[in-house]
Amino acid sequence: MTYDPDVKYQKSHEWARKDGTLFTIGISDYAQDSLGDVVFVELPEKGKVVQKGEAFGVVESVKAASDVYAPLSGTIVEVNSKLKEDPALVNREPFGAGWFVKIQASNPTEYEELLSATEYEAFVKGL
Amino acid sequence: MGTNTQRFRTVEPFIWELSAQGRVGASVPEADVPEYPLPGEVPLRTDLPLPEVSELEVVRHFTRLSRLNYSVDTHMYPLGSCTMKYNPKVNDTAASLPGFSEAHPLLPEDLCQGSLELLYQLQTALERLSGFAAVSLQPAAGAHGELTGVLMIRAYHLDRGDTKRTRILIPDSAHGTNPASVSMAGFTAEQIPSDKRGNVDLTILRERCDETVAGLMITNPNTLGLFEENIEEVTAIVHQAGGLVYGDGANFNALLGYLKPADVGIDVMHFNLHKTFSTPHGGGGPGAGPVGVTARLEPYLPGPIVRAAGREAEQLEGWEAGLITQKRQGPQRNARDSRYTLFYPEKSIGRVKAFYGNFGVLVRAFAYILQMGSNGLRAVAEHAVLNANYLKHLIGKRYRIPYDRPCMHEFVVTGDVAPGIHTMDVAKRLLDYGFHPPTVYFPLIVKEALMIESTETESRQTLEAFAEALLQIAEEAASSPDLLHEAPHYTPVGRLDEVRAARDPILNRRQTEKLEGTR
Repeated sequence: MTYDPDVKYQKSHEWARKDGTLFTIGISDYAQDSLGDVVFVELPEKGKVVQKGEAFGVVESVKAASDVYAPLSGTIVEVNSKLKEDPALVNREPFGAGWFVKIQASNPTEYEELLSATEYEAFVKGL
Repeated sequence: MGTNTQRFRTVEPFIWELSAQGRVGASVPEADVPEYPLPGEVPLRTDLPLPEVSELEVVRHFTRLSRLNYSVDTHMYPLGSCTMKYNPKVNDTAASLPGFSEAHPLLPEDLCQGSLELLYQLQTALERLSGFAAVSLQPAAGAHGELTGVLMIRAYHLDRGDTKRTRILIPDSAHGTNPASVSMAGFTAEQIPSDKRGNVDLTILRERCDETVAGLMITNPNTLGLFEENIEEVTAIVHQAGGLVYGDGANFNALLGYLKPADVGIDVMHFNLHKTFSTPHGGGGPGAGPVGVTARLEPYLPGPIVRAAGREAEQLEGWEAGLITQKRQGPQRNARDSRYTLFYPEKSIGRVKAFYGNFGVLVRAFAYILQMGSNGLRAVAEHAVLNANYLKHLIGKRYRIPYDRPCMHEFVVTGDVAPGIHTMDVAKRLLDYGFHPPTVYFPLIVKEALMIESTETESRQTLEAFAEALLQIAEEAASSPDLLHEAPHYTPVGRLDEVRAARDPILNRRQTEKLEGTR
């Protein structure tokens, strides 16, 4: 199980990678491992405005379908269209090519409220 | 992938492979009317690649396939949450009576009084079992009943000018269909976590309840098979905030004769006749999901509902006391004593199904209720709960029980009985022992969940044989894990590649050829 130290996490298992006020969002290695083989990812339209904590997409495995929640408020400016063709990217590279969306944050300080890799790892081990 | 296809073909070929050009199943007579061409805009396909087979070939092909079926008539079916109990054959006898099976749905009321009487009595029986003021038999399935109920909650609030209520709360131990029904009705579904005992977390429920909450949807017993111990407090909290409580009645089997949902604050609930009341289920459906409501929701019920005028009260005596025997002893009834009419409630959300619900299913459920009587139905709940607790005790020797307190009609264990072994491996290995696997990976709040519902119709011997199989599998999991990883071994096909089936489905003959080309 890996916990990428360069991103921050929320308890519903999404991560956010900071690049100025632009944030890349994905799901954690723990999340992809718990779901098992991902067979379908439903992503929002570009331009959609989301609130922190709001469901913006769905990730589906053979076992279960789960909502994916925005770790920050803002506008979806890019979606990872490769996931449509190859949803297994989420399993293979959860912190890399398996990213979901990019959010232009309306309140970038929300990033500071997210968990560090160490905090998230401790949270997961307590589950 | 190819191996399984090949393996299955040795059991039974695809129907296309039986095809011979020009062979037909039925001879269409020569046209004795003039031919007219179809209007130009009607697209007509002439290249439809249908198999060309005789009637006998079709009969043999599907009869052979049907022998591969696994069913409750052949084996135990411990599918948690689904209540795969035996469907008594007498139900089918009742439904085949010509008065029922040949009744046209457009018959005028005067000519179908018997059918209407049956619907009326079924409504009444369900009302008495649940404590609700009224029941509509319209919805055709459990989730259909949920949607109907949530739409009624919506109509109730809107009718009062209360337009701010947009949220419906759902415990994380509820049935998976609940959030979907809520979304379909235009509400936002919001999850409420369970506490350590598997009850609704009351602190969080209180925090989330305000003037924007339209209601709560609760499954009781919940999907852990546990009775919600604070049910009255839960419903009171929601009511205090002005919301209504929807009860998912899929697990009503466990409560029959013991608890009337209306007594603990449930405002609306669906009944799964195809679970609790022994009508066919799964491929043998269709289902039926009647909805019961308290008086304040009665005006919003979908019609038609059957009403009676006359001596209906007396006729119903028999049902509660001793049923048919009682009825026979009573005075000869005169058909003209009562009259049954169809009724459409004034503020109804409208029809949710053509005609009168799935009538043939309703007849079967009523036959079951009459056969069991109220004491028999109470015994159903007792035996369902006893069987589940006995099985839990037997299996608990080797399988972890995450919420270990006395269960109701079902329970949840985890399938990770040895390192590297997952629930799916245990489930697949069960097939080799001749048992249908339980529900797997649900509820989502238990990792590696195996959700087991034995039902009241299994004997002690069958329960013990099933437990023995699971204990044996736990031994194998430790001593020879590959036996589980590669299971099933003795079925017509081996482990199916569910991931590839979902990512790259082969849905028709042409795609099959494409697959063969790549093998």
